[in-house]
Amino acid sequence: MDAKELIARRIALEPKNGNLVNLGIGLPTMVASYLPAGMQVFFQAENGLIGVQPLPEAGLGDEYLSDAGGSFVGAIPGACSFDSCVSFGLIRGGHLDITVLGGLEVDENGLLANWVVPGKMVPGMGGAMDLVKGAKRVIVAMTHTAKGKPKIRKKCTLPLTSDRRVSLVVTELAVLEPTPEGLVLKELAPGVSAETVIAATEAKLIIPPSIPTMPLA
Amino acid sequence: MHKAITVAAAVEKIPDGASLMIGGFMGVGSPHRLIAELVRQGRKNLTVIANDTGRPGFGIARLIEAKLIKKLVATHIGLNPETQRQMIAGEISVELCPQGTLAERIRAGGHGLGGVLTPTGVGTTAAEGQREIEVDGTKFLLALPIKADFALIGAHRADYYGNLDYSLTGRNFNPMMAMAGATVIAEAAEIVPVGVIPPDEVVTPATVVDHLVEQGEVHGR
Repeated sequence: MDAKELIARRIALEPKNGNLVNLGIGLPTMVASYLPAGMQVFFQAENGLIGVQPLPEAGLGDEYLSDAGGSFVGAIPGACSFDSCVSFGLIRGGHLDITVLGGLEVDENGLLANWVVPGKMVPGMGGAMDLVKGAKRVIVAMTHTAKGKPKIRKKCTLPLTSDRRVSLVVTELAVLEPTPEGLVLKELAPGVSAETVIAATEAKLIIPPSIPTMPLA
Repeated sequence: MHKAITVAAAVEKIPDGASLMIGGFMGVGSPHRLIAELVRQGRKNLTVIANDTGRPGFGIARLIEAKLIKKLVATHIGLNPETQRQMIAGEISVELCPQGTLAERIRAGGHGLGGVLTPTGVGTTAAEGQREIEVDGTKFLLALPIKADFALIGAHRADYYGNLDYSLTGRNFNPMMAMAGATVIAEAAEIVPVGVIPPDEVVTPATVVDHLVEQGEVHGR
């Protein structure tokens, strides 16, 4: 199992039955593949749909139905579509249970930077600032380090996505929970020690007396 | 009432330097024939307000690639490397705006509002130069309304009057833009007789649609 699959399998245990969930482009989208059997979750695409599901086979795409990355998707029976004001009303208005996004950096206060590397990569914030501000729970799915450098920093060096603390950070090494007291090391990936996580993290971690192993879907 | 117009005549109404709102999300629900005609006629120095610039070769990317845009207001350009290149090289000016905020700014423009208070962006660089207003202890940013000289709309169906509906994720920014353009030009995948779109299903009232792009070569003509 590679790092991304492990992260997706852990996050797949987070949604509860009936939740409305928004998955970002890339790694977060993989979460949908690993939901436990029998779990009914409604996926929102912020371009205007609740009830996204993968296409049953390539070549069946509808020119008017895509995910937020512009890729063809399908829709479940009972899906509904709406304009961008309603879509972001759902997001900002407290109607979205979970958003799963990628991250460039998370800091000791649980603040996320994920939309710009000034002068180098300027994709724009898209819906990220609204999602992080408005979703009931914000889950960051990212690798623990980038080219060997910690992405979990004392303080973000990149521009923040929001002033709102995220709810959970899931990496291939650990699950971290940002709290008012700091980042708590909640779970360890199978075969990973707390020392390994500490060594790969710049931020100070709060280490509980016993740390369970990450369950995986 | 005469709304039908050829795609060429529609674009002839748009001068160089005009501001355009263009509907669509990654090209889904974009008025592709109007975009192609803007390229063919080579309209220059455009200000474009849109969610994104599509992907290479598709959607608003065609205006970027033809270097017709001087200023862009958008939420996400990450899937179009050429837009990022032109921005970093200083060839175009780009204002990036959170997606929910852009949608509300356009709605405010078209609905006669003085702006909208949003919590999105508080405490980030997106708040720079904006007014922060506190309401009952919560901080908001004042998102100001936007209007444009033209709104170019990508509808699913239009009836002969210009009532519009949209399909699935093709709706996106189109309904708000259709209210916020001084002149509104709609392009539809299908044009249907009046009455085919039931009143409850009309999303954009014909009243706000100035021109309806004629269908192209169909029925073997």
